[in-house]
Amino acid sequence: MSEFLWQARAALVVAKKNAMVYYLKPPVFTFGIIFPLFFYLAFAAGHAAPPETMAPGIVAMALFFTASAVGPLVTPWERQAKTYERLITSPASLIAILSGDVLAGTVFGAVLALLPLAIATLATAASVVALLPLALGIVLGSLSFAALGVLLAAPATQGPSQVMMLSNLVRLPLIFVSGVFIPLSQMPAWGRWLAPFSPLSYCADLIRAGFGEEHYWSAPTDALALCAFITGFMLLAARWHRRTRDRVV
Amino acid sequence: MRDDPMEIARSGTPRRTSHATRLAGHSESASRLPRCAIVAETLSRAFGERVAVDAVSFEVAAGEIFGFLGPNGAGKSTTARMLTGFITPTSGRALISGIDMAVRPSAARRHIGVVPEEANVYADLSVWANVMLMAELHAVPKAARIERATRLLERFDLAGRAEEKGAQLSKGLRQRLMLCMALVSDPQILFLDEPTSGLDVASAHLIRDIVGEQNRGRGMTVFLSTHNMDEADQLCHRVAIIDKGRLAAIDAPDALRRRVESRRSVEVRFAQFAGRPDELAPELAHAEVTLLPNGFRAYTSQPGALAQAIAVRAAALGLRIESLATLAPTLEDVFLSITSHAAAKNGGGRAA
Repeated sequence: MSEFLWQARAALVVAKKNAMVYYLKPPVFTFGIIFPLFFYLAFAAGHAAPPETMAPGIVAMALFFTASAVGPLVTPWERQAKTYERLITSPASLIAILSGDVLAGTVFGAVLALLPLAIATLATAASVVALLPLALGIVLGSLSFAALGVLLAAPATQGPSQVMMLSNLVRLPLIFVSGVFIPLSQMPAWGRWLAPFSPLSYCADLIRAGFGEEHYWSAPTDALALCAFITGFMLLAARWHRRTRDRVV
Repeated sequence: MRDDPMEIARSGTPRRTSHATRLAGHSESASRLPRCAIVAETLSRAFGERVAVDAVSFEVAAGEIFGFLGPNGAGKSTTARMLTGFITPTSGRALISGIDMAVRPSAARRHIGVVPEEANVYADLSVWANVMLMAELHAVPKAARIERATRLLERFDLAGRAEEKGAQLSKGLRQRLMLCMALVSDPQILFLDEPTSGLDVASAHLIRDIVGEQNRGRGMTVFLSTHNMDEADQLCHRVAIIDKGRLAAIDAPDALRRRVESRRSVEVRFAQFAGRPDELAPELAHAEVTLLPNGFRAYTSQPGALAQAIAVRAAALGLRIESLATLAPTLEDVFLSITSHAAAKNGGGRAA
C-alpha cells in the first residue's frame, strides 16, 4: 500500500471515530444546530421578506455552523480526555488526523444542511434551478468551514470551551460580512470590501445561484475561491497543530 | 571506587557481551541480537529555559526489556515521548527499528505500540470499538484484527465487557484495555509509561505477566518507564536511571547492584529492643542505620561479619533475636544512591 493510500485510509478511520464520538457531544449540538436555528429565528422575526428569498441564506448559514462545529471540539477534547497522545503516536500522520477531522465536519455539515434545504424546497416557493452550483456550494463550503474549524482547534489548550469561544468569536462576524441574508450587491461598500475574505461569501453565492437567485461572482470563481480557502486553512492548520502538538503535556 | 554512582554513569554504553548472555536466558529471540530496536542519539529537549532531557544516548536491543527509571520530573516521560514521536527533540535523534522518527515518523510508528502515561481510552466507545480503532489505524486486515482482539480481550479478562463503554471501566480495567489497544497491531516494540501505577495487585500482576509473555514468546522489545523498582527488577534485562535529565547509569539490574557493595545490609529484629544500635556493635556509631520496630537495618560492605558481631553481643546482653538477615542491595538502593549522589553534587543532598 502506498504511503498516500495508507494515510488516506487512516484519515477515514479518524473520521469514523470522530463521527462515533463527537457528533452527539453537547457543544456540537448546541453550536452546530441550536445556535444557527435561533440565529435565523431572531433574524426572520425582524424582517418581512418572504421565506423563499431567505432559503439560500438559511442553507448557507446552517452549513457554516454545522460544518465548523466539529473541528474546534475534537483536538481540545482529545487533549482533555487524554486520548490525543495515543492518536498522535499511531501511524496516522498529523495531516491524516487533521483530514479525518475535516472529513467528519464536512459530512456532518453537508448532511445536516440537507434538512433546511428539504424544508425550503418542500414548504416554501423556493426551488433548485441549478444543481451543480448548489452541490458545489454545499460540498466545497462544507469542506472549507470544516477546515476552518480544525484550524481554530490548534491553540494549545486542554479546554474545549476556550476553543469553542474562540471559534464563535471568528464565526459570528463572518455571518455579517458574507451576504448570507442580504445579497452582496445590496450591501454597503465596506461589506462588499470585506466579503471576499470570508469563505461563507462564496458558498452563499453558489447556493444562491443554485436557487436561481442573483449572485455576485461567477460559479467557477466561487468554486476556485473555496478551493483556495480549503488549501490555505489546511496548510495553516497543519503548521499550527504541529507547533502546538506537544505544548499541552 | 567500585560503588561510586558517577562511575556507574560513566559506563553508560551497554555492555554487549554480558547483555546478550543475559538475554539468551530470557528470550527465544536472543539469536537475533544485537540488532537495535531503539536508538537514542544525544536526545535533548528544552521547554523554554528548562532543559528536561540533556543529551541522552542509549541503545535497546531487539528482544530486550529495557527499564527506564528516574524520580519525578527526571525526564522519563519526555524521553519516551521523543522516542514515540509525540515530542520533537530540541536536538539529537531517535531511531525505531533503524528508522529515523523525525524523517519517517509514520513508518517508524508502524513498529510500535504505545501505552502513554496519563493516557485514557475513548470513554464513548465500547471496549471492542477502542481495540478496533487502534487496529484500523495500524491497517491490520479485518480477519486478523478480529482474531487478535478476541484473543487479547480473553487474555486480559475483558471478553465479557466487550460491549461496555470505556467510561464504565475501572482504572485497572482501562489500563488492561490500553494494553490490548497497544498489542492489537502486534508491534515489534512496546512502549509502556508507568503501566501499573496506581493499579490493584491483580491488574498489575496480570499486566507484568503478559508483558513477560510477549517478550519471551514473540521476542517483543519492551521500553518500560517506571517508578516501580521491583517491577523493573523482575522484568527488565537492563535498566537505565535518568536524573535531572541526564543518564546516570545503565546496566543489568544485577550488575548495578554489585556496584553498590556498600549498600549491602544487615537487618535484625529482637523480641524487645529499646537500646541504640551502637550498643550492639560499636562500628554502627558511624554507619548508616535505619531504625525499625524492635530492631534496625545497618548498611555495610561486610554484612556477614556485622551479623556475627550483633549475634554475639545480643547473646551477651540477653536479647532474644527474632530474625537476623544479611541483605543484598536492591535496585531501589542503587537508585537512591545514584540520585542522592547527584543531588549532593548539585548542592542539595539527601538525608541518610
